[in-house]
Amino acid sequence: MSPLIQGLMTILIGIGGCVGYFWLSNLLLDRVIFPARGPDQGRNITRANAVRPWLFLFPALAALGLYLVYPVVGSFWRSLFNRDGDTFIGLGNYVALAGDDGFRTAVFNNLLWVLVVPAAATFFGLVAAQLTDRLRWGNLAKSMIFMPMAISFVGASLIWKFVYANEADIGLINAIRAALGADNPVDVIQIPFWNNFFLMVILIWIQTGFAMVILSAALRGIPEETVEAAIIDGANPFQIFFKIKVPQIVGTILVVWTTITILVLKVFDIVYTMTGGNFGTQILPSYMMSYMFRDDGRATAVAFVIMILVLPVMAWNIRQSRREMR
Amino acid sequence: MAGIAGRGTRLGWVINLSVLALVILWLIPTVGLLVSSFRDRDQISETGWWKAPFAVEQTYRARVDAGGAVAEGTGFVITGNVFEAAGVGSGQVTAFGVTGRDPAAFAPGDMAELRGGGMLTVAGDGSFRATSPEEFGRRGPSIYFQAATPPKFTLDNYRRVLGADAMDRAFINTLTVTIPATIIPILIAAFAAYALAWMEFPGRGLLIAAIVGLLVVPLQLALVPLLSLHYKVGIGQGFLGIWMAHTGFGLPLAVYLLRNYMAGLPRDIIESAKVDGATDFQVFTKIVLPLSFPALASFAIFQFLWVWNDLLVAKVFLPSTDEAKVMTVKIADDLLGSRGGDWGILAAAAFTSIAVPLLVFFTLQRYLVRGLLAGSVK
Repeated sequence: MSPLIQGLMTILIGIGGCVGYFWLSNLLLDRVIFPARGPDQGRNITRANAVRPWLFLFPALAALGLYLVYPVVGSFWRSLFNRDGDTFIGLGNYVALAGDDGFRTAVFNNLLWVLVVPAAATFFGLVAAQLTDRLRWGNLAKSMIFMPMAISFVGASLIWKFVYANEADIGLINAIRAALGADNPVDVIQIPFWNNFFLMVILIWIQTGFAMVILSAALRGIPEETVEAAIIDGANPFQIFFKIKVPQIVGTILVVWTTITILVLKVFDIVYTMTGGNFGTQILPSYMMSYMFRDDGRATAVAFVIMILVLPVMAWNIRQSRREMR
Repeated sequence: MAGIAGRGTRLGWVINLSVLALVILWLIPTVGLLVSSFRDRDQISETGWWKAPFAVEQTYRARVDAGGAVAEGTGFVITGNVFEAAGVGSGQVTAFGVTGRDPAAFAPGDMAELRGGGMLTVAGDGSFRATSPEEFGRRGPSIYFQAATPPKFTLDNYRRVLGADAMDRAFINTLTVTIPATIIPILIAAFAAYALAWMEFPGRGLLIAAIVGLLVVPLQLALVPLLSLHYKVGIGQGFLGIWMAHTGFGLPLAVYLLRNYMAGLPRDIIESAKVDGATDFQVFTKIVLPLSFPALASFAIFQFLWVWNDLLVAKVFLPSTDEAKVMTVKIADDLLGSRGGDWGILAAAAFTSIAVPLLVFFTLQRYLVRGLLAGSVK
């Protein structure tokens, strides 16, 4: 059976199964278990309404539990075992990581990514949002800057491989260098330390559109009176932007910043496609993939380190959303 | 705000120009890829894509057939056209030479001395005339020439990527992974979102907080435990496993987006329906679900782009055989290795994989933006 037909059948079975589950379980609840008739009618309706939310939630909670909650525990547990998974070695994998040069490079590079990418993407996004705000062709411009969001990290990496290519007849960077009189093309992907930044450019290129869209909505939400008052008081455009507008959208800027930070901690595609982690460009997610299928104990230990790095942001997000709900 | 104090026309110009610069900067890499994917592979390695509309100067070698020599006066003469002899279409000869080391030694119309004795001249249009006092050797002289060939755009790169490199199969596989993984989570999430938005039960706030927390759990954690779980229950690596994995990974965002949207629906509609005797099931299917279409569309686009573009989950949950490779894996693992220097192939492969997301993006951008604004905690 061709996978495509198998896929279509899965859609049908999946959707049919869902619809069937919700419909039948409701029917069962209302007609058989707690029927809304007979001597216990009132009590039965109350009981049925107490159970129903869990009927609605059950498939989602089961999937979430299995695919996101269990792995947190499962990964941690697995990281306490050796490569083959048969000997308990306590924190042995973590100790081994701490002593590994590759791991330290990955942590250092990841720190660089976390510092640079969210800052740069948010900054460019804010500038783009402000500049395109009242432009007649602003929406078109936004669309173009937003477009990389639709492109996969692999596709984006390939696109930038063309820009970085080590030949003046292919790579734009080397073509510009040649036009400025440089003799030999350089492979920017292999320049130690700085190559990290060339890789970051790719993610900044992708994420700027995201930051721009969110921040531009926030800028539009600023009360017009505050800006008008500043104009009347004689503020220049820069003062209006930095002293009136930015302070009012700090909350949104933080959300964008943390969102991109989380992404930076998870993206492995760019490094994997561009350098495979060579030339000192390893970051934690790609470092983890280098152990995947080889040493599951190590791989899960790295994954758990990423989880620990994400935790503060997670806590902040939860606090934020609870505050909004009140 | 144009016209208000502090915003003269000069500033307006500066803004217009800087936005234009920004847009061009953002577009150039993608345009380069698109242009390259349609260029002839020889031309790609000769000139940059930014020179694609111009003629390309390339070096060719023509071997002259000595059989065409005619006796004339005291010696022998061969005439002909270098383009025919080299098997290239036509063009303008800009220089020619008689050795491979210096293929551009002479300008068109010059007289060059052949190595075996004799003279050679090549005209701008490609016609040549070689003379020799003695009979030409069995193989005839070689003529090297540089010619400007007109820009050549072809679909050859796509043909080769889709055919020989099995990208067509990978395309189908990506489609196979993406469609169920986009549709299945929607219904599951919609019911849960309704319960979290409109039903009262103990622990509701806690559950919502947990969903917000799950939004940021790194997928890396899920890989090892779930793959071994899939093997234990007999699914192994395969399409069923990846559909289930993507469903699970997409659920937090789906529930979160849909709950936020549903909670914002007007309370009156839902309460009056309940007063009229509608059950929660009916309220959900007849009122809330149809009204939530924009949020459903937002999530569907997100999930579609995410699954289509995913490399990590596909690498882990699908077997690494050619029959099961999706496009991202194909490009990252196969083409970049074996076709590392074949830029035309790489460009065509990349564009094949990003064409569908771009189409979705440009037609449904409205919903994407709306979804981003609603779910920007992720």
